[in-house]
Amino acid sequence: MSYSEFLGMGAELSLMAVIILLFIYDTFTSSKVGKYLPITAILLLGIQTLYLAFGNSLGLGGLNDDTSLFGGMYVSTNISNVAKIILNIGTILVFTQAASWVKEDDMKIRRGEYYVLTLITLLGMYFMMSAQNFLLFFIGLETASLPMTALVAIEKYKENSYEAAAKYLFFAVFSSALMLLGLSYIYGATGTLYYTGIASELTVTPLTIVAIVLFLAGMGFKLSLVPFHLWTADVYQGAPTVVTSYLSVISKGAAAYALMVALTTAFGSGSEVWFNVLYIVIALTITIGNLFAIRQQNIKRFLAFSSVSQAGYIMLGVMSYENGFGDASLLYYVLVYIFSNIAAFAVAGAIERASGKLNINDYDGLYKTNPKLSVAMMLAMFSLAGIPPFAGFFSKFFIFYSAIETGTIPMYVLVFIALLNTIISLYYYLLVVKAMFLKDNETPIATIKSDGYTKAVVFVTALGIILLGLVSCVYDYIYNAAI
Amino acid sequence: MDNNLTTMYIYLAISGIMFFAGVYGFIARRNMLAILISLELMLNAVDINFAVFNRYMHPTVLEGYFFTLFAIAIAAAETAIAIAIIINIYRNIKNIKSDSLDKMKN
Repeated sequence: MSYSEFLGMGAELSLMAVIILLFIYDTFTSSKVGKYLPITAILLLGIQTLYLAFGNSLGLGGLNDDTSLFGGMYVSTNISNVAKIILNIGTILVFTQAASWVKEDDMKIRRGEYYVLTLITLLGMYFMMSAQNFLLFFIGLETASLPMTALVAIEKYKENSYEAAAKYLFFAVFSSALMLLGLSYIYGATGTLYYTGIASELTVTPLTIVAIVLFLAGMGFKLSLVPFHLWTADVYQGAPTVVTSYLSVISKGAAAYALMVALTTAFGSGSEVWFNVLYIVIALTITIGNLFAIRQQNIKRFLAFSSVSQAGYIMLGVMSYENGFGDASLLYYVLVYIFSNIAAFAVAGAIERASGKLNINDYDGLYKTNPKLSVAMMLAMFSLAGIPPFAGFFSKFFIFYSAIETGTIPMYVLVFIALLNTIISLYYYLLVVKAMFLKDNETPIATIKSDGYTKAVVFVTALGIILLGLVSCVYDYIYNAAI
Repeated sequence: MDNNLTTMYIYLAISGIMFFAGVYGFIARRNMLAILISLELMLNAVDINFAVFNRYMHPTVLEGYFFTLFAIAIAAAETAIAIAIIINIYRNIKNIKSDSLDKMKN
């Protein structure tokens, strides 16, 4: 092995550079200069995103298509690069949302930790998505989920925060252990941990069936698929809102993409096993996530169950990987989901910071006092529900289209179940809209003066929700990278 | 060879018992430290699995041992974070019973 192979990992190295720069900046600057940390973090990550997007065409190096390093352990392709760009965009939005939160008194001394830990989880997700070996996959997964625990617990004097952190940690480790047990049986049966090696050695035996199911169960916890979703509501509610929005979009998107790569590459020859399991899990996830979301009063719990059911839609893309649309529509869905969900969390977070209110009932009459926030929230709800012409409609359309393309009767049934569930979801998404626009309230939440960062993130996400669907070059870009 | 396989089965049985003892402890215990110990039991059972498979099934390459080493390191990191969170909980509410973490049930 030559050490120059490290230089092939352009995306990871540049992100590591960002982390180190931010760490140095936070550690060695006075508190006067330190207050520019949020904008520095956003700018540095923005530059790194530009490098990922255009570094190749500018000839900057390190981002060659189909880079295969360390004996095939790490493989970077065009599509994984696009996935990283999408996650970066989401992280930039979350950082913008976080800027006003880290200015608060008890967060001031911890803001450096917030940015560095978030970026380290992002680094773990990079490795997880580029992994072609289960060792690297596992390391990436844990690098993503252990700092995440610290982030959930970052408001350490608030009861909800540490309660959520304990629950998240125990569930995360439990699911990792399940996944590892599955992987150990895979290793025993095939003698290798490389995806390609497993693909050629794997035969469907009782042992490998158990192994694949255990692996799926472990990943199902990370993606909060039913029946492994029980931690979601509590953790989403207890974590600081900024962390919740990161957790609900970025880690979910990364885990979905990495799971798709692992299932299609490594377990491609055992696809009849995981196909059936995933089929039932998706149908359950979409339905149960929806049914529980109806009952929720707390907006964060509500969004948690909504994200459970959205995870089911995301996984539909995995089911249709064979026809070549699957990965593109999955990533497009994740991109649109990032914008919609961050818009919802940004509005909820702004209201929470200003008034401390988190119940949907408190939103009654919000339009009268905060028209802009209400419209942004409405756009987010419409997009999550999939109403045309907003982006959510197109992402659902592509996901359903790619699933229908497979052309088998069971897939038609599954898409039909998913369609029925979009109608159910319309009901509860519109409950929020109804509360804001139609219900009268004697004492609505007072007009909120939000700072520039919050305005920026609400504006950008609202714009994204309107434009991402209509501007077709976005989907073209993803699709061209996928083929 | 047969003799070898029998030895492997014994190891696998031990690690299986360890793993599911861990699962039982995870579900049944109420003390968060006990839950943490149960999780360690599960992770270590998996480590044994990897090492045993490497030793008896695929002795030519060392992938399983390497996986074990990395898994041990990651388990240590996980324990460190878990202990930090448990200490934080103890400071705040003066006990570490998992039952007392029920403030978010509406």
